[in-house]
Amino acid sequence: MTNVLVRFNHLAKSHIGILAPFSYFNIQHYSTTPPGTPPPQTKTKFGGLSDEDRVFTNLYGRYDWRLKGALKRGDWYKAKEIILKGPDWIINEIKVSGLRGRGGAGFPSGMKYSFMLKPSDGRPKYLVINADEGEPGTCKDREIMRHDPHKLVEGCLLVGSAMGAQAAYIYIRGEFYNEASNMQIAIAEAYQAGLLGKNACGSGYDFDVFMHRGAGAYICGEETALIESLEGKQGKPRLKPPFPADVGVFGCPTTVTNVETVAVAPTILRRGGAWFASFGRTRNSGTKLFSISGHVCTPCTVEEEMSIPLKELIERHAGGVTGGWDNLLGVIPGGSSTPVIPKSVCETAIMDFDGLVACQTSLGTAAVIVMNKQTDIIKAIARLIMFYKHESCGQCTPCREGINWMNKIMYRFVEGKARLDEIDMIWELSKQIEGHTICALGDGAAWPVQGLIRHFRSEIECRIKEF
Amino acid sequence: MLRITVQKALKGGFLSPKHVSPMLSKGTGDVQKKPQQIEVFVDDKPVMVDPGTTVLQAAAMVGVEIPRFCYHERLAVAGNCRMCLVEVERSPKPVAACAMPVMKGWRIKTNSEMTKKAREGVMEFLLVNHPLDCPICDQGGECDLQDQSMAFGSDRSRFTDIEYSGKRAVEDKDIGPLIKTIMTRCIHCTRCIRFASEVAGIDDLGTTGRGSDMQVGTYVEKFFLSELSGNVIDLCPVGALTSKPYSFAARPWEIRRTDSIDVLDAIGSNIVVCTRTGEVLRILPRVNELVNEEWLSDKARFAYDGLKRQRLITPMLRNGFGELEPVDWECALVSVGKKILKAGKNVGAIAGGMAEAEALVALKDLINKIGSEKVCTEHAYPTTGSGTDIRSSYLLNNKIARIEEADLVLLIGTNTRLEAPLLNSRIRKGYVHNETQIFVIGPKVDLRYDYTHLGTDPGVIKDIEYGKHQFTTVLKRAKKPVIIVGPDALSRPDGAGILLHIQSLAKIIQACVTEPDWWVLNILHKVAGQVAALDIGYTPGTKSIVQDDSLKVLYLLGADENIPCRKDLPKDCFVIYQGHHGDKGACMADAVLPGAAYTEKQATYVNTEGRAQQTTVAVTPPGFCREDWKIIRALSDIIGKTLPYDNLDQIRCRLEEIAPHLTRYGDAENGNFYDVSLDIGKQSNVEIETDPLCVTQNCLEDFYMTDVISRASSTMAKCVSAVRQQKSSQY
Repeated sequence: MTNVLVRFNHLAKSHIGILAPFSYFNIQHYSTTPPGTPPPQTKTKFGGLSDEDRVFTNLYGRYDWRLKGALKRGDWYKAKEIILKGPDWIINEIKVSGLRGRGGAGFPSGMKYSFMLKPSDGRPKYLVINADEGEPGTCKDREIMRHDPHKLVEGCLLVGSAMGAQAAYIYIRGEFYNEASNMQIAIAEAYQAGLLGKNACGSGYDFDVFMHRGAGAYICGEETALIESLEGKQGKPRLKPPFPADVGVFGCPTTVTNVETVAVAPTILRRGGAWFASFGRTRNSGTKLFSISGHVCTPCTVEEEMSIPLKELIERHAGGVTGGWDNLLGVIPGGSSTPVIPKSVCETAIMDFDGLVACQTSLGTAAVIVMNKQTDIIKAIARLIMFYKHESCGQCTPCREGINWMNKIMYRFVEGKARLDEIDMIWELSKQIEGHTICALGDGAAWPVQGLIRHFRSEIECRIKEF
Repeated sequence: MLRITVQKALKGGFLSPKHVSPMLSKGTGDVQKKPQQIEVFVDDKPVMVDPGTTVLQAAAMVGVEIPRFCYHERLAVAGNCRMCLVEVERSPKPVAACAMPVMKGWRIKTNSEMTKKAREGVMEFLLVNHPLDCPICDQGGECDLQDQSMAFGSDRSRFTDIEYSGKRAVEDKDIGPLIKTIMTRCIHCTRCIRFASEVAGIDDLGTTGRGSDMQVGTYVEKFFLSELSGNVIDLCPVGALTSKPYSFAARPWEIRRTDSIDVLDAIGSNIVVCTRTGEVLRILPRVNELVNEEWLSDKARFAYDGLKRQRLITPMLRNGFGELEPVDWECALVSVGKKILKAGKNVGAIAGGMAEAEALVALKDLINKIGSEKVCTEHAYPTTGSGTDIRSSYLLNNKIARIEEADLVLLIGTNTRLEAPLLNSRIRKGYVHNETQIFVIGPKVDLRYDYTHLGTDPGVIKDIEYGKHQFTTVLKRAKKPVIIVGPDALSRPDGAGILLHIQSLAKIIQACVTEPDWWVLNILHKVAGQVAALDIGYTPGTKSIVQDDSLKVLYLLGADENIPCRKDLPKDCFVIYQGHHGDKGACMADAVLPGAAYTEKQATYVNTEGRAQQTTVAVTPPGFCREDWKIIRALSDIIGKTLPYDNLDQIRCRLEEIAPHLTRYGDAENGNFYDVSLDIGKQSNVEIETDPLCVTQNCLEDFYMTDVISRASSTMAKCVSAVRQQKSSQY
């Protein structure tokens, strides 16, 4: 699970309130337009990203992924100069780019990094990279890590230097053996080339990157569970507040951020925030890796412009829905935890944060799971709930008991062995889980059920009546 | 072993939200200023609270109780039961009241639709997999889950799946002879886990498995062996952990609860004795922040079955065959009286560790009236110098509750974990939360926290005193240091020397302490009656009795531990044993007068810090047993030296006359005259010997059976064998 589950729109306003003083604190330096102000919207058509605008130029592993190849592709270019421009410049540039967290929650990255800029109290700061990509359907971070690991390593250094971090920990999913090994080689190469370690890139900044392999728990992709796991404890989410920016890994201020977010940072810093902001709609800017899987002709992971219409994304890059667009049943647009949308909604859905929220779903990790009419949608969702039941950490009540219960009901729905009023009941149960748990795994398990009932209620009713 | 180390760096910690807010405010730069109180509204009632107060605490201030399962004031916040969810205005989702610090102007709604729904939802989830076995559950009637489901739950079940798949079942664990586990009932609040790791310092409990397969347990087959293990029974909000000895014994509404005091160690834990039909069914702790908080040691909690075994229930006299023969009271008292009259002044008395102040006074008055001064206690204590004339030289002067504030603890010749488990839990509390440094002179025992061992040689004390040891500077630098001296260090032949050097070391350190009312010198006792006996004027130690060749009558008042054996006494010495258990004392006695145990009498005890507390009558004494002071009063009548008190009030007036603090129940008088005591002490010159310091209770096995009650208890015997069994286990 990347932190797809920590959705910004579900963060209590009160939480932001705690953090607000820090952000004000940092903004005060600027007198003209405040950073992070998005450029006015001028574009009307999105999609069709040109090759020169791609951040990830070796996404498919056609070229050398090692340092030599990476340098050829422009990685590590002027890294020293960027570091020397200082934290304020880097963070301002990220703010200008409008980059939002790519792990799913979509929290503005510039603001997140600026939380780390508060005066030091003597504790070291850490950057933690969430490479525990476990969300079913999502396969973007692994492409970066196996084919373009230097993007991430360089991102760690630049973002880490911006927040004054001493070291970065890359918490990588245990199943990603080859990715971890490529990452490790990339880190070693960077050390050998003097790009990391003492006096990284000759900038005078000391920075270390460590890699830690997880043991295969989805919940360890939740940022606080990841921190616990990194500390060697059971991967169970912590209560917030205190947020990791105050008390994170080893009790020190920490930012946990997604692989893709960090990996795009060097390119943003080299080409300028305004360049990145020129893609996509306002507040949803940038390019994004989309993983398209399911009933499409050519499943793929592709870098595209934000705000591309869903239909165009599928048709242009995935070769269309198997059996044609009319054979489409529904799409899970952002990884398994986002609610499913039926074909009617897919026609007009726009693939960005706001566009999908408008469709009562979410961009999540932009893992598009396409299902055509041969899919048993009830069984598909039931299988997802089974996954969440299995991955629930068991710490808090609604998630531990609720998902187990939903799972039982869902599998009865698959057969139709249920009463009609149980549809309303499972809806209520999902509402009893959603928002009542420590972390967002409960929400992530509740939404698929809600999506199913919202759009495919008649299907369940039919099944029950047939039984 | 848990120690919240990051807190040191944070000066606060993520585990306790009350520390969070000062930390957060650091960012805005007002570190030094004392945080101003903020106003919040709980159900529209305004309340001013300190920043960092949690929603739950703020609600408690205006008398609104928020339901909870996992939250416990004395344990770290887990926030996992989600029962305490409440609505906060303008927050899209309910917040966990136990963990969320309040923000200025928050409007907390503890009774809104959203709050009620959240509670009902959580309740429903908790009950989904909770077995419906309340009728056969020992927790029934005092179960948080029962109570809260009545108050906040739904009135009907929606658990349709019961027809298809049923509820979760979990295998029970065997975690020892005290705690019965029915793990299917567990609601995973993790209170027991947190207690074990934070308070008891035994990280044996934990969770295994994930999601709905999560189980609380020890993972491998292992007993949960701690001197404080019984507390998890009280902590468990459901019937997952219940008392094994009490299982299926009674329902809470059938039993009578009597507030009392525990006398099995010198801490004087406050207890509730639960009885039904004249039988003690269980003992529970009672909250007293100054003494035991709300914990209780396993011995105090479970040794009560010893009150029903090995009891002396009728007066007895040794007949011509050398056997103790039951007689009636009159006969016993008359023949005892005759012996005393015949002995004239050659009468001595030894008081045991569980003798109460009333009986001690009565016995002393009686012996003095006869013309003898030989009243002593069975536990030795230095008598040279000022001896026990000055209270500060035999009390835990700094008081139990303030031990947890110490930043440095020096333990000399003591195993606090077994001699006074609740004092040890205070030290551990300081260790966990305040980074207290602990140093030990004496045997290397397992105290469940890390300490620096300074050696077993008592000479180290002298080195520290004279500044020859590098520890001296550490000790002097401490802001709140305490020295705790164990009973075993002072009962040595050179105890007086050890005490003297500790006193003079304490004086040096005391001079460096700026904290008002902070006392460095602290003496720990291990029996409940010792302090009162010393207050009343008993001579500690039985030396004067053993050395006396002319002794004709020896009166043992519940003395069983360190009494002289028959061959140390003159041949014609008549031994009277008054007490409640047939143990060592009764075996050698010529006459046995059955007394009452602590649950059967209203009696005054003074704990190791000098706090007078009283037990109350929970059950009537069995058989012909009588309250101890009444027996002595009756005896005085028979020998024609009638003591001038006929009822409890009168004898308490007499107590007050001797030492007024003895009847100021609940209060602990401060010690004083530290320097005077030291100056008088210096006149004697007892030197410290080189024998290493040792303690009588070294490992957990030694903890369970230390007095007549616990030796008679089969539960305690089971504990001892459990410890032995665990030792041979591969885990």
